[in-house]
Amino acid sequence: MMATRPNLVRDVAIAAVALIILLLLPYVWPSKMVNDLIIRVSAFALFATSLNLLVGYTGMVSFGHGMFFGFGAYAFGLSMQRLGVSIPMAFLITVVSSALLGLVVGAISIRLKDIYFSFITLAFQMLLYSTVIAWVPLTGGDQGLMGGIPRPPFLGIDLSIEAHRYAFAVTIMVIGLLILRQIVESPFGYTLRMIRDNSERATFLGINVFRAKLTAFVIAGVFGAIGGMVMALFVSGAYPEFVNWTMSGEGIFMIMLGGLSTFVGPAAGALILSLLNDVITRGTEHHGLFLGAVILLFALGLRKGVTDFVADWFRLRREASSRSGS
Amino acid sequence: MLEVKGLFKSFGGVAAISDVNIDFPTGSLTAIIGPNGAGKSTFFNLISGGLTPDAGSVTFNGTNLVGRSRAQIIDAGIGRAFQVARIFPTLTVEESLLGAVTAHRRRAQNITHRFPLPEMRDRMLEVADMLGLTEKLGVTSANLSHGDQKLLDIALALVLDPKVLLLDEPTAGMGPDERWRMIERVHELWECEKLTLIFIEHDMDIVFKIAPKISVLCYGRLLAEGTPDQIRTNPAVIEAYLGTSHEEAAV
Repeated sequence: MMATRPNLVRDVAIAAVALIILLLLPYVWPSKMVNDLIIRVSAFALFATSLNLLVGYTGMVSFGHGMFFGFGAYAFGLSMQRLGVSIPMAFLITVVSSALLGLVVGAISIRLKDIYFSFITLAFQMLLYSTVIAWVPLTGGDQGLMGGIPRPPFLGIDLSIEAHRYAFAVTIMVIGLLILRQIVESPFGYTLRMIRDNSERATFLGINVFRAKLTAFVIAGVFGAIGGMVMALFVSGAYPEFVNWTMSGEGIFMIMLGGLSTFVGPAAGALILSLLNDVITRGTEHHGLFLGAVILLFALGLRKGVTDFVADWFRLRREASSRSGS
Repeated sequence: MLEVKGLFKSFGGVAAISDVNIDFPTGSLTAIIGPNGAGKSTFFNLISGGLTPDAGSVTFNGTNLVGRSRAQIIDAGIGRAFQVARIFPTLTVEESLLGAVTAHRRRAQNITHRFPLPEMRDRMLEVADMLGLTEKLGVTSANLSHGDQKLLDIALALVLDPKVLLLDEPTAGMGPDERWRMIERVHELWECEKLTLIFIEHDMDIVFKIAPKISVLCYGRLLAEGTPDQIRTNPAVIEAYLGTSHEEAAV
């Protein structure tokens, strides 16, 4: 029996419904705290889902994906501050420059496998972090980009207005996730799964593994950078923490918490981690200790993310019903 | 015609394949036999692009395959299956085969359409039917039995429309009944698909029953070539591989 697969029309419909719900949420539940949380989750959802294109779909555990998040924030902020371009132009500059960064870092890193790949990506991230800290005239060093990021209106959208900023962030997230969904459900997405499962065998089918991995790395880098751009718009700045190794660690945590076997897992993980951060930080100054305990529970105790359990439940139910049917 | 001339490969000064010359006429069925360490799998790796020879040539229909990428060698018409089935454990049989056809037809990088592309289905279904995997299309590859994993490995090579199929111990790890079922299927495949089929096998009953031509490798060298009767009575083969006497070989 052949499995039915999600088609594009269904995914677009789900994305449209999700977008409408998110756009209506501020009217149903008017809360600045909720709005801020969802904008941050929008940025992190793009970041974590793009990281999962590497970790979950291709089997490449990057410890340096935060470099793209930080690079996106700085590229966007600097384009707006220094070049005085419009927001769509700054967006375009961010996308193109992050793709180039991905191409260069990827072309070098992908030649290595397993833990060596993980560590070289971390090394590149630390190189970028050191550059951001040291290049004070351009980046503001450890203070970050000072003076705020200008938000000139474009196409009737004024991002200095909170409601517009919120709508912009969730729209970018939904469109970004929809594009990533299309990629993972395309023939290319299945090529990545084959590489993850058995890259040597994939070469004996004529698959150019290097090219496919590099393409995945560049795509993941671009969407990670778009996540950073959304964050830069939200905080009106770019800071060294965005490009530090801890950002990559948070991306991995999001995937672990949400689950790497489902497409929405990393986005769910972004929401869970952001909520945990907010709640625990409010309750105790030892938030790192509690957060660590929760992550340990998932990593050692459950060994799956939240959406993995949901997916397993559906799968078992399906199998049970097909058994009783036959 | 697949022609192997003066093939040589060494690892750290030890010759794994040394001056091997074998011709495989189009549509032939040849068994490669030899004791462990004879260089049989290395020989397959050299033909299929898994390894690059230090010297010699592998020519298929006039084209030298040495130095070409694996993709080019596949395009030339050489497909292979492995001793230990190399499959995609988390993908279903259907997804694995469709992925292979998609790659072969240069659509592996396509991101504008949904998987699977409809035009890939026919070949996938044809090969699944040929190897008796139709009922298992929805099964995750890791959950297949050992025999079905071997069949899937062969199917992965077969969907690439090879003209030459290399099977490295297709019956390895199987029980007696399963072995014969597998080898009958391989034989049917050879007859139906008009392939040039080369297989490595340790079970001499199987080899002598189905292979019209046998090549014997020993310590990386071609020890003998011939029909089952010629190999069975070849003193060098008997001494090096089958045993020390004709009587033992017959047993």
